[in-house]
Amino acid sequence: MKHSKFSALGVSAAVAATFTFIAPAQAAVDIIQIDGSSTVYPISEAVAEEFQKETGIKVTVGVSGTGGGFKKFCRGDTVISNASRPIKAKEVKKCKEAGINFIEIPVAFDALTVVINPANDWATEMTPEELKMMWEPEAQGKITNWKQVRSGFPDVPLKLYGPGADSGTFDYFTEAVIKKSKAIRGDFTASEDDNILVQGVAGDKGGIGYFGLAYYEENKDKLGAVKVKNAQGEFVAPSVPNAASGKYNPLSRPLFMYLNATKAAFDPKVKKFVEFYLKHAGKMSAEVGYIPFSDAEYTAILNHYKGLKTGTAFEKPAIGLSVNEILTLSAGN
Amino acid sequence: MAENNAKQLKDLDQIRALIQKHKKNDFIFAFIGMFIIASLTITLLILFLDLFFDGYPRLGLEFFSNYPSRKAIQAGILSAWIGSSLVLIVTFLVAVPMGIAAGVYLEEYAKKNWLSDLIEINVSNLAGVPSIIYGLLALGLFVYSFGLGQSILTAGLTLALLMLPVVIVATRESIRAIPVHIREAAFAVGATKWQVVLNHVIPYSYGGILTGVIIGMARAIGETAPVITIGALTFIAFLPPSPIGTEAPFLNFDWLQSGFTVLPIQMFNWISRPQYEFHVNAAATGAVIIVLTALMNGFAIKLRYDVRKKIKW
Repeated sequence: MKHSKFSALGVSAAVAATFTFIAPAQAAVDIIQIDGSSTVYPISEAVAEEFQKETGIKVTVGVSGTGGGFKKFCRGDTVISNASRPIKAKEVKKCKEAGINFIEIPVAFDALTVVINPANDWATEMTPEELKMMWEPEAQGKITNWKQVRSGFPDVPLKLYGPGADSGTFDYFTEAVIKKSKAIRGDFTASEDDNILVQGVAGDKGGIGYFGLAYYEENKDKLGAVKVKNAQGEFVAPSVPNAASGKYNPLSRPLFMYLNATKAAFDPKVKKFVEFYLKHAGKMSAEVGYIPFSDAEYTAILNHYKGLKTGTAFEKPAIGLSVNEILTLSAGN
Repeated sequence: MAENNAKQLKDLDQIRALIQKHKKNDFIFAFIGMFIIASLTITLLILFLDLFFDGYPRLGLEFFSNYPSRKAIQAGILSAWIGSSLVLIVTFLVAVPMGIAAGVYLEEYAKKNWLSDLIEINVSNLAGVPSIIYGLLALGLFVYSFGLGQSILTAGLTLALLMLPVVIVATRESIRAIPVHIREAAFAVGATKWQVVLNHVIPYSYGGILTGVIIGMARAIGETAPVITIGALTFIAFLPPSPIGTEAPFLNFDWLQSGFTVLPIQMFNWISRPQYEFHVNAAATGAVIIVLTALMNGFAIKLRYDVRKKIKW
C-alpha cells in the first residue's frame, strides 16, 4: 500500500514539474499573428514572406478556416484574421463582447468558376437561374439529367461536384446563386480539397462543379469554364480582367482580412505590416492566382485603414458590392 | 503374422497420407500468408515509390534548409521538420515515463477491484479514440485552462496523451508475459517489491514496451488534426529559440513556448494548392515523413533486438 501511494505521488509530481516552468506566453505584439481562411492564405503567405525579408519582423500565418480564425480573433489571440466571406452577425457579437473592435479590409477578388468537362459542348453558357435550378435543395433527387436543365440539352446524367459546407466558397456560392446561405441539395460530391473536384469533373462527361479561378487556370487543359450571365445580361467568361472590371458577376467575391483595431492603431509593427500589405497586395494576389483591385482602390482601402474605420459593410448579407461600396458601408456602421 | 503386417502397413500408409494432407495444408496456409504479406508490402512499396519519384526533383539539401514560400521551387520544410522533431521530443519525454509508470502501477501495485477494472477498460478505449477528440480536449485544457498557448509544449503534451494509452497497454502486456517464477525467485532471495520491479520486471519487459513506444511515436509523427486544432501554424519563417544556450545553464526552455508547424500540415497545405509545383513539394514532404518514420522504427527495432539478445530464460 505504501508503495502504491508513493508511485501515484511520483506521477503527479512529474506532471506538475512539466507545467511549472512555463509562464503564459502573453506579451505585446512580438510576432504578428495571422490566422483564418485557407483561400486567403496564399496572399498572406506571400506578403508575410516579403515583409519578413525586408523588415525582419516576424509574421506567422495559420489556417483554421474563416470561422475558426474569427474564434481566435475575437478572443484576442490573433491580430489579423483572414476571411473568404464577410464576418457574420454572430461573430461580430462575440468580438464586441470581448471588447474587440475590428477594421474590415478587402484584399482582392476571387472569381468563383463554374467548370464542366471539356467534352461538354452544350453548357458553355449558362444563367444563374439555371445554376440555381441544378443546385437548390428542391433539385435533390429530381434534377439528375442535363436534359432537365434546358430543353435542347442532351440526355447525359448530371453529376455535381462542390466544396463542403465548412468552406467560405460554399457559403458565397449559395448566397450568390441560390440566394439563401447554406441552402443546397444534399446529393452532390463534396470535398474540401478543390483538386479532388478538379479530378471529378475532368473524369465525368456530365460533371459540373465550382471553385476558385486559380484551380481552373491551373487545369485549363482538363476543364471547361462556363460563361455565366451577369446582371447586365451578357455571358461573361471567368478571367482576371473580367473580374477586375466587375463584368464577371455575381460570382466574383471579395476576400478580406480583419484587423484588431486597437493593435492596428497603436502597434507600430502591425501598422508597418498593414501598410506594406496594401502596397503589395495587388502584385502578390495576382502572383498567387487572385484578382487584384485597382491602385486607386488600394489607396482608398489604405485611407479607410488609416482612418481607423471600424465595423462591417455586411450587417445585411450583400452580393456584388464594389470596393468603394464596401468601404463606404463599412465606415458608415 | 503376414496378415498383421499387412494391416500395420496399411495403417502406416494411412498415417503417411494423413501427414501428407497436413503438410499440404501447411503449405497452403503458408502460401496464403506469403501472398497477403507480399501484396501488402508491394502496395506500400508502390505507393512510396510513386510519392518518392513525384517528389524527387525537390528532394535536395535546400528543401530541408528553406522556409515555406509562395514560390514552390524555393519553398522548403525547415520550420516543419524542426517543429516536428521538437514536438516529438516533448511527446517522447512525457509519454514514455508516464506510460511506463502507469503500466507498472496498474500491473504491479494497483489492487484488483472495480476501480482498476474501470481504469483498465478506459485505457484500452482511449487507444481507439479519434485523434481530433484529443485535439479538442487539449485546446480547452492546455491552451486555455493552463494557459500554455499554441506552443510546441501544448502540441507535445497533446500527442503524448494520444500515445499514452498505447504505451500503457504495451507495458502491461509485456509485464504479464514475464514468467511468474522470476518474480518469485527474486522475492525468495529477499528482494523488495521495488527492487523486483526495477531490476527484473522493467528490464525484462523492455522489448514489449519499446514496441508500444514505436507504434505510439509512429502514430504521433503523422498526426495533423489534433495539432491543427490546438493552433499549429502553416507559415512560419523563423525557428524556435535554440534549446542549447551559449551561457550557463546551457539549457534553454523558451522553445517550448514557441509557435510551430509540423510536416503533415505543410504537406496538407501544399497538396491543396492549385499549382502543380506545390504538389511536387507535398510528395517530397510525404516521402520525408515516411523515411523518418521508417528510420525511427528501424532504430527502435534494433534497440529491441539488442535488449532481447541479453535476456536468457
